[in-house]
Amino acid sequence: MLNVDYALLFSVSLILRYGVSLWPYSGEGKPPMHGDYEAQRHWQEITINLPLDQWYNHTQDNDLLYWGLDYPPLTAYHSYLVGQVAHRVNSSFTELHQSRGIESPDHKLFMRLSVIVADLLILFPAIRFFCGSSLSATALLLAIYPGLILIDHGHFQYNGISLGLFVISVAAVIRNCDVLGSIAFCLALNYKQMELYHALPFFFYLLGKCLHQPSFLRKISKLFVIGVSVIGTFVAVWLPFFLAGPYTTLQVVRRIFPVDRGLYEDKVANFWCTIDIIFKLKQNLDTSQIGLLCIAATLLLSLPSNLHVLRYPTPRNFVMSLLNTSLVFFLFSFHVHEKTILLVAIPAILATSVLDKKSAFQRYWLPWFLILTVFSMVPLLVKDGLLLPTIASTVFFCIMYGNLDQMVSTSSSPLNERMSSPLPVEPNSFWIQLLGFSQVVSLCGACLLTLLHEVYPPPARYPYLWPTLICAYSSLHFLLFLLAFHVIQFSSGVTVSYSKKKL
Amino acid sequence: MLIAGFLALACVKLLYLPSYKSTDFEVHRNWLAITSSLGVQSWYHEATSQWTLDYPPFFAWFEFALSKVAVHFDPEMLVIKNLGYSSDKTILFQRLSVIVTDFVFAVGAWTCMKNMHNLKSVQARGPSRDAAIYTLLLTNAGLFMVDHIHFQYNGFLFGFLLLSIGAMMQEQYLLGSLWFCVLLNLKHIYMYIAPAYFIFLLRAYCFNNSAFSITRLVKLGSLVILTFVVSFGPFVNQIPQVISRLFPFKRGLCHAYWAPNFWAVYNLVDKALTIIGKKFGGDMIKIPTATDLNGTQASMTGGLVQDIEHIVLPSVPPLATFIITFLFMVPCLIKLWRRPNSVNFMRSLTLCGWSSFLFGWHVHEKAVLIMILPMTLLAVISRKEAKYFLLLAITGHFSLFPLLFPHQELYTKMFLHIAWAFLAVKMLKKVHKCDLLTLAEKIYLLASVIIFIYSEFIHFYLPPHLAKYEFLPLLAYSLYSALGVISTYVRFYKFFLSQ
Repeated sequence: MLNVDYALLFSVSLILRYGVSLWPYSGEGKPPMHGDYEAQRHWQEITINLPLDQWYNHTQDNDLLYWGLDYPPLTAYHSYLVGQVAHRVNSSFTELHQSRGIESPDHKLFMRLSVIVADLLILFPAIRFFCGSSLSATALLLAIYPGLILIDHGHFQYNGISLGLFVISVAAVIRNCDVLGSIAFCLALNYKQMELYHALPFFFYLLGKCLHQPSFLRKISKLFVIGVSVIGTFVAVWLPFFLAGPYTTLQVVRRIFPVDRGLYEDKVANFWCTIDIIFKLKQNLDTSQIGLLCIAATLLLSLPSNLHVLRYPTPRNFVMSLLNTSLVFFLFSFHVHEKTILLVAIPAILATSVLDKKSAFQRYWLPWFLILTVFSMVPLLVKDGLLLPTIASTVFFCIMYGNLDQMVSTSSSPLNERMSSPLPVEPNSFWIQLLGFSQVVSLCGACLLTLLHEVYPPPARYPYLWPTLICAYSSLHFLLFLLAFHVIQFSSGVTVSYSKKKL
Repeated sequence: MLIAGFLALACVKLLYLPSYKSTDFEVHRNWLAITSSLGVQSWYHEATSQWTLDYPPFFAWFEFALSKVAVHFDPEMLVIKNLGYSSDKTILFQRLSVIVTDFVFAVGAWTCMKNMHNLKSVQARGPSRDAAIYTLLLTNAGLFMVDHIHFQYNGFLFGFLLLSIGAMMQEQYLLGSLWFCVLLNLKHIYMYIAPAYFIFLLRAYCFNNSAFSITRLVKLGSLVILTFVVSFGPFVNQIPQVISRLFPFKRGLCHAYWAPNFWAVYNLVDKALTIIGKKFGGDMIKIPTATDLNGTQASMTGGLVQDIEHIVLPSVPPLATFIITFLFMVPCLIKLWRRPNSVNFMRSLTLCGWSSFLFGWHVHEKAVLIMILPMTLLAVISRKEAKYFLLLAITGHFSLFPLLFPHQELYTKMFLHIAWAFLAVKMLKKVHKCDLLTLAEKIYLLASVIIFIYSEFIHFYLPPHLAKYEFLPLLAYSLYSALGVISTYVRFYKFFLSQ
């Protein structure tokens, strides 16, 4: 009944999460604006004190310039729920106007626990649902991936909810529970609009599955059912706003998709940000041209992997397409945050369930990529005072990754008592050796840059030298990974057949 | 695996750097200051801070060595007058020092794991046994809570104990004795298990093949004496002062947070009888006034330490506790004499520590580790011992909860405890290939959840006339744990004597 392996995995994951949450959150001790933590708290204040039609509107009581809501309605509802609890725990946490910038150990503990609860209720069950009854590498990696832990429990966000819903939707769709998958994905999308990064593969995979149905009637009915569930979910989530009137509804849309923001904020490991070092885009093109350039590049580059899924809708292609599309979006789209790399990291981890565990992907590309995702966020994490937990959680992750076989095999039969495999192990080919070598060199470079960033003050002429270098270093690697992951998606390779996994 | 495991744990410990730290943090900072600022002659006389040096000389030298590194972090922490100084760099240094010195523990655990292969009497073999020993020792939740949050150097100290046991497993008796003597001169609380060493060394080493060997006795004796001479040598002029620092007897029968031992139960029974007596046999017993009761009640539970007068049951002077403790040690020592092998040595060692935990004077609840850690080695030997280990360790770690009392640490201790409990159950089940706990035992362990919920949550929402009894949560923890600790002691003792 109680799966000890999962209980152990989740309790270890909780130890890591809670440990990170002891450290500072974004904007701690930095009035007047503070950071994401204060934004979340402010949303609790707004949603429980003001009527729904004022949540996204600029009113006397709701100053949109001070952390106005800019996520879709599910975030607002979640803030409302948490706010209600906060109010009962200590009403000063959510006092309208008075509670701005409130900082106390009790409040911090409450907020940190709310993230832990969200993980317990959504992310952990999602992992269990995706991975089935026996513990797999996928489950382990999802539970201890430092990027998600540091952002959710350090910087402070609730990515566990949207990513958890995303994982559920992928699991459902792979198992041919397309309605559940569609609903879950729509919910994820309605929690954070960035989930649009994953929308194309879902669309093409489901469409591909519809087209592969035996009869025309089947095709249409499947399409219809999926369509209804998508529309139904959206209506259910947005209904209160529809009822409040078209202006309110449009206002929400305007807040979610602010088209007047710049190409990027801060330094991001994005293609445009890197190009900008040499070729100043903002000076040579105006906003709408830049916008068009981004959309065109993103859509064009997403086409290959998505058309592949449309033509061959298998779980393997679907998951690889999720990885590739989200990476394309991250590199080429508009107004990307460094935190959005998490949307790419999670599909990358999910890919371990559809690729062979002895493949170059799991042995080399994936750990390399995942560590670089954390590295790309180092400037943000250092700004939050999270350097030590970053190093600790990443080193821990590496050690666990290196011993993945031992960790995961403990749940299988006593046959694994043998210390070494009786089969002869092939020596690595030249390319694999080169890959391994490059990985080590690259990671040493990353460590060096982190050290320099922390220890050596930049010259006065280039005050943002280290963040820029870190971003450029990361984005060049990401471009390399984009190529590699596309090659892996398009190569036939050894596929792990994803039959109905035991729940 | 040695390095990887140690490093992985170090990362987790590093995450908990910002946790609550107890007054022990200041104690050690003070000792860093004393040993670095003053000459050797003043170490045991210095009394600016109330936390005077009360560990043996080797530990003082250890702090001296640490202070040489500390000066590069924050020289201000080495100023004696800076009482309570705890800058970020100080915290970083002190916490790191515990994490780094835990390497001794890792090496000790590794040594024991390797040397277990030599023991003929041990049945279970294979990598799952190795993994269980090393992992369960290194990840011990109680050690994590006491060392890396509350703040102490037990990992470092127990490392020497493990090295000693490891040497004994290889029949390297002199090396084993050396490690143990070093340990005794680092922290004298390990005197509690010295009888096991004494008997074992006498029987297995000095009585070589049933013939008493004077040369061996002399070798052993000189080794021990030499170690003590090296340790106390520099303090030869102040031996009385050092001794008075090492053995302060003004402290009470029970520590501030009641260790789950026999005396805690004894105190409680005394209290209960007093209250009952007051109700029924009013003029037979001297009735303590309300202030008396409140006074003693407050002092026993309010965290102050002093001598406690018992009212109904006889008072217990320190000498009585020594005699009782020793009496309880005798049976296992006799058994060890009859069958002197490494496994029995480990068993008697554990039981000696256990006896002194249950019947000793002013026992800290942290001392529960002195039974749990050696018993980890025994847990892979037989199913019964695995069962007793699980009961002892899970209950023992639970009894440490009151030490980490701030709200923030509530979740820390909960997650650590639960994770380790699952890990232990899983790894030992894999070693012994069967379910180790009976239903009754599982129910007992699960009942801890009720105690936990009451003590950490419900108690504070009780109506005021009940909530003012602040000691009730502590009492709950203590009694519940005492039940497990005492009953498992009896069962394990019976098991050992029947071997």
